[in-house]
Amino acid sequence: MVEVERHEYDVVVIGAGGAGLRAVIEARQRGLRVAVVTKSLFGKAHTVMAEGGCAAAMKNANAKDTWQIHFADTMRGGKFLNNWRMAELHAQEAPDRVWELETYGALFDRTKDGRISQRNFGGHTYPRLAHVGDRTGLEIIRTMQQKIVSLQQEDNAELGDYEARIKVFHECSITELVLDEGASGATGEGQRRIAGALGYFRETGKFILFEAPAVVLATGGIGKSFKVSSNSWEYTGDGHALALRAGASLINMEFIQFHPTGMVWPLSVKGILVTEGVRGDGGVLKNSEGKRFMFDYIPSVFKGQYAETEEEADQWLKDNDSARRTPDLLPRDEVARAINSEVKAGRGSPHGGVYLDIASRIPVEEIKRRLPSMYHQFMELAEVDITKDEMEVGPTCHYVMGGIEVDPDTGAATTPGLFAAGECSGGMHGSNRLGGNSLSDLLVFGRRAGMGASDYVVSLKERPKVLEHAVDAATTMALSPFDEHPEPENPYTLHAELQQSMNDLVGIIRKEDEIQAALDKLEELKVRVHNVTVEGGRFFNPGWHLAIDMRNMLLVSECVAKAALQRTESRGGHTRDDHPEMDAHWRNTLLVCRAGGGDPIVPDVTVTPESQTQMRPDLLGCFELSELEKYYTDAELTEHPERSS
Amino acid sequence: MGAYQASMRVWRGDDTGGGLQDYTVEVNEGEVVLDIIHRIQATQAGDLAVRWNCKAGKCGSCSAEINGRPRLLCMTRMSTFDESETVTITPLRAFPVMRDLVTDVSFNYTKAREVPSFTPPKDLQPGDYRMQQVDVERSQEFRKCIECFLCQNTCHVVRDHEENKQAFAGPRYLMRVAELDMHPLDVLDRKDMAQEEFGLGYCNITKCCTEVCPEHIKITDNALIPMKERVADRKYDPVVWLGNKLFRR
Repeated sequence: MVEVERHEYDVVVIGAGGAGLRAVIEARQRGLRVAVVTKSLFGKAHTVMAEGGCAAAMKNANAKDTWQIHFADTMRGGKFLNNWRMAELHAQEAPDRVWELETYGALFDRTKDGRISQRNFGGHTYPRLAHVGDRTGLEIIRTMQQKIVSLQQEDNAELGDYEARIKVFHECSITELVLDEGASGATGEGQRRIAGALGYFRETGKFILFEAPAVVLATGGIGKSFKVSSNSWEYTGDGHALALRAGASLINMEFIQFHPTGMVWPLSVKGILVTEGVRGDGGVLKNSEGKRFMFDYIPSVFKGQYAETEEEADQWLKDNDSARRTPDLLPRDEVARAINSEVKAGRGSPHGGVYLDIASRIPVEEIKRRLPSMYHQFMELAEVDITKDEMEVGPTCHYVMGGIEVDPDTGAATTPGLFAAGECSGGMHGSNRLGGNSLSDLLVFGRRAGMGASDYVVSLKERPKVLEHAVDAATTMALSPFDEHPEPENPYTLHAELQQSMNDLVGIIRKEDEIQAALDKLEELKVRVHNVTVEGGRFFNPGWHLAIDMRNMLLVSECVAKAALQRTESRGGHTRDDHPEMDAHWRNTLLVCRAGGGDPIVPDVTVTPESQTQMRPDLLGCFELSELEKYYTDAELTEHPERSS
Repeated sequence: MGAYQASMRVWRGDDTGGGLQDYTVEVNEGEVVLDIIHRIQATQAGDLAVRWNCKAGKCGSCSAEINGRPRLLCMTRMSTFDESETVTITPLRAFPVMRDLVTDVSFNYTKAREVPSFTPPKDLQPGDYRMQQVDVERSQEFRKCIECFLCQNTCHVVRDHEENKQAFAGPRYLMRVAELDMHPLDVLDRKDMAQEEFGLGYCNITKCCTEVCPEHIKITDNALIPMKERVADRKYDPVVWLGNKLFRR
């Protein structure tokens, strides 16, 4: 039998990005012992790549802002498919979460009167994004990392051990959640509960078992299944796949955000993010004819909300109370599709993107001050000086709106003891996320998942026991790439084929026959992954790590493709060339993915349509009836205040 | 510029020993050293160990030494080398090797934990904070740090002097002390500890740390020298000295 190191904790948080760390802080402050497990080093999580800012209606830049307007913007951005309760909590609590970061030592950029400065961003009515230049994510991750160190210092002072209540297990990957036998009790007869999580240290390849009644998944996204992506190697859909295999459900997996502005040249940096802050601070998109084309792409649902001339757009930039906002700042799905159309129409840049111009818009020194890492990134990687020349940009796979189906208030997934927050959870952003709503999402729902997990643990009468044979099965499967296989497959080759297929066939614009072709390819890869074989030993072996991650990527990619095939409409981050219209009858339908049966390495995925609960009338009242009529069926609006009064 | 075959020399091994291995690898226009390492992994050595995350110079994971110079693999373009030149990549020298290009950087996390954390005034409520941009900017510069540890690796105080690691926190954490000392809301005095516990006196301002910083933070000029001045004011200013003698309990 394989050796497995064992640890007991109250809560295990998987993922050390913003959501994970905020959950850790919350659970620790409620007196629980917490392990935080991360695939990378502490402080390197994907959150560092968030650039533009953190949305919160603090009213520092415009006193007219309210949580209701932030809520409404979020719902609009998501084309009203969002879980409205999550959007409500998010808009209400985001300001407190940002201010709280200041008590941890964060230093945001300031307004003239010394408050937190807020910038414009796509889809937000008012300047709303708290930021630090264009490195806001770094500030947030570092702040929470340092807060955790500070809590560890308190624990050391009290108990003589820095790790008495919080221990960081870095460079450690979880391969499977372990359930109990299905005890009777408060959670329902026979339903199996979370009992722990099994993983391995990347450095040594040795296995580690966490025995814990609650697991918070905060593993981020799935972008590494796509070739052109702004995501790092870590984004292999681990949390999504772990949850599925532990019996939980995913929703909204067909909705993938292609960020409109990724770098397109040189090829080796294709996909690297160019912050929306460039447009928030005045940058504009142009085609090869020098035309600001976004004015031609204001969709009918947003007609009347955006400026229709360049003069009006520029006036708005100076004073956003006296004009309508620029269509350069439409929600990301709209801008990405517009860029795609311009390129297809032959009006793209030499390397297949469009132009993003900040150089002619604001002074050189302002560009360097407000967008220092963009300046640096283009200078060093593309030899382009953005204070002099236009950038070439195009869509890049950036974010998955879909994720683990959770209870809005507690972050609880459908498997008892399992919680999720941040990008790996689903619902909050509907069919499309607004820029800036991710960092605030992490803070609001990271805290709530930490609370939910703590309350759950405290309420338990006895702790679930790990099923030992499940641990054995998981270690055996993890080690199988070291076995000899008849037709050995290289994990890097399989990965490249998956990325190419998802990119080409389930990308920004989709068609039935192409999605079907992607599903056929997935079937082929699911067979071949059995033969994946790696060289070398268990010590820090990236080939082996990738072989293990492939399992998760294949499972999650199948969810994306199957849900994309079923949804015969276009909405947010799901565009069907063969069903180009948005259909009100689809608005309330969630496609719920579950896994089970079939192959143990990559189980079968089923997709079931289910409907959401109706929005409360007071929240319906945040919108004018005439706007909702563009999205809702008539029957759904009977409780709108304009009708019911 | 078209594709060409580059000669790469990569250190392979672990804590028991190892050596440089030669690889001939294709290089395309615009590629960075990390792309080439990935190509070696995908086509010639699937188990070649390297740390990386963002591949955009934002996370500070892929630190290594390229032709002996501490650099980020993702921000070093192959076009900075002659096509005929052999490019040698070795792990960070100041930290123990784990495997291939991956080193044990736990020294840094230990030091991070020793610096007393941000200490706000007790009575101030969240949301009440007012700070001027000019006042936050000094600390903000240091908070640009991506913790790549290149400065820690290059600093001669520890690079070839393992014995100094105990008493010296390194530029990254001395800068953290300075950052908190200059933080408009922090109330804790860290001047004495900068000198006594974190070894500020070991630094003789050769600016090697500033030179390797991929974020172009002026570590020496803006953090270490001002910190030294603050410490010197405290220790050697005769008025302060007298005041301390008279009023210290």
